[in-house]
Amino acid sequence: MSKSRNRVLSAALIASCFAGPALAESFGLGRPATPDEIAAWDLDVSPDGTGLPEGEGDVWTGEELFEQHCAVCHGDFAEGVDNWPKLAGGFNTLDRQDPVKTVGSYWPYLSTAWDYINRSMPFGNAQTLTADEVYAMVAYILYSNGLVDDDFVLSRDNFLDVEMPNADGFFVDDRPETEYGIFTGEPCMENCKENVEITMHARILDVTPDEGGE
Amino acid sequence: MTFRFKGKPPSRRQFLAGAAASTAGAISAGAARGEGDPLITEPQYWAQGFGDPVDEAPYGLPIEFESDVIRRNVDWLTADTISSVNFTPIHALDGTITPQGCAFERHHSGAIELSKPDYRLMINGLVDTPLVFSYNDLERFPRENHVYFCECAANSGMEWAGAQLNGAQFTHGMIHNMEYTGVPLKTLLQEAGLDAAGDLSDKWVYVEGADASSNGRSIPMEKALEDCLVAFKANGEALRKEHGYPVRLVVPGWEGNMWVKWLRRVKVTDGPVESREETSKYTDTMADGTSRKWTWVMDAKSVVTSPSPQSPITHGKGPLVISGLAWSGRGAITRVDVTKDGGKTWQTARLAKPGEKRALTRFYLDTEWDGEEMLLQSRAMDDTGYVQPTKDQLREVRGLNSVYHNNGIQTWLINSDGKAENVEVS
Repeated sequence: MSKSRNRVLSAALIASCFAGPALAESFGLGRPATPDEIAAWDLDVSPDGTGLPEGEGDVWTGEELFEQHCAVCHGDFAEGVDNWPKLAGGFNTLDRQDPVKTVGSYWPYLSTAWDYINRSMPFGNAQTLTADEVYAMVAYILYSNGLVDDDFVLSRDNFLDVEMPNADGFFVDDRPETEYGIFTGEPCMENCKENVEITMHARILDVTPDEGGE
Repeated sequence: MTFRFKGKPPSRRQFLAGAAASTAGAISAGAARGEGDPLITEPQYWAQGFGDPVDEAPYGLPIEFESDVIRRNVDWLTADTISSVNFTPIHALDGTITPQGCAFERHHSGAIELSKPDYRLMINGLVDTPLVFSYNDLERFPRENHVYFCECAANSGMEWAGAQLNGAQFTHGMIHNMEYTGVPLKTLLQEAGLDAAGDLSDKWVYVEGADASSNGRSIPMEKALEDCLVAFKANGEALRKEHGYPVRLVVPGWEGNMWVKWLRRVKVTDGPVESREETSKYTDTMADGTSRKWTWVMDAKSVVTSPSPQSPITHGKGPLVISGLAWSGRGAITRVDVTKDGGKTWQTARLAKPGEKRALTRFYLDTEWDGEEMLLQSRAMDDTGYVQPTKDQLREVRGLNSVYHNNGIQTWLINSDGKAENVEVS
């Protein structure tokens, strides 16, 4: 995991944020958080595995849990129902029109799946799963994507061994280098084009919601 | 003798029908007649009786004649309205401040009801003393007022592959602009102490909400210390439930997803958490299948709000006010140009006020309409020198699959009837 940002921050700027009397000022407001309070809320998991609890779960346990808690939206095989997110498949579609972005085809870090399921799923019943159950569900999603075998057991110990296919598919925002130079300067005001043709009409698609008889 | 009207007064439409009938000769009882507009020549009920007493609406809603100026959603966009978005009726608003009641909503797990007594904000991670603040604690820190726009990164996202939705509300309505009152995030971080974080230049904060989605996002420490605001009031009153009551984070100029609602925790970290909302979503896939991440800032953008498909020209030729909004997450709007011919010739519009940093700017082009077809566009410039690009210019760099950060120039075709349509031009 990259802890540095591409754009190097100016040390002077950071220093200036802390210059002046505000630095020393304390208002004495709030109270110290207790260790139990921090443990209850400090659940986020980072790409290097920081934040993962002890535990493990296997693919078949995960399948049962997935059918019970997830399949109504995500489908029995994590293929997605209606507009709900597909979690499996979509490999080799990212450079095509309408790419299919799943945990397998798109997500760069496995920690993201563990973290999100642990804190925000099942939809409408969040934070009810045990750590072992989350490991099992993540194992099943990996299996649905063909990334592990059916006897796979996911745990904190082997978590970082799982290779995510699109791990190298991301780069830090490069608009300053690739766009800002092109999209800067005195714009044209007169005789900017010889002809203007309408190339597309929204009414052809007609997907605008009805406004209730206006 | 005085009297009050009971119940609903006649609607404007019924009233005009009555007025037309009276012009035709059916003189209403007791009404004075004269040449001219009966709305003037005849006494009107609102000029004779009473209106509503005070306290009729202890907290008022807009008058019924404005009942179509509301947020609207697009059913097919999302699977369920619990995790969905709706759109600000920008076609019907003017000025720059968005009333909270019609400012777009985006929830990932529904708008929760969290009271001030139940509210807690934790600062933890690489701080000297992890702290918990109550709502009342927040109101005891020195506070600031700032006007900022909040734009969803997906605003205009449906238009990447071409013109889809007929209305500025739907193409550009994932935006609002409010005056926030709150405490700088920097103040709260300093209260917890940042010595433990050491060198701040490579540190981050991870912010999350109290709702089931948590919607956590990682923000570089530089931005956290620059201008992020822990806000509890908007436009002078408490935040609305749907905007994060009682406390939300304001991240000026950066994509709305980072403006975490029901803010419950700020953690100082030595790297980004790479949460769901900053990996699987809110990343921008290029034509070659690789994706940009950490595309936080919202580039300069503008749109003509009127005339537009939901706000056609109804008055025929003659004086016409072309109006719209412009904004930039990188600074202040310095200039907006408008074309009526699809980009052959441009005129510089009048800014209602000088542009303010990271806030909406209202522009007007006070013009004459000759009743001919127009291809209306607006083009914003900000104080970095950036010029809002065309959609084709963006597509040339990014391809068609980006979803987010579509700040391309919008075209409305105005036909000779004054009706407008969303189109694209060469």
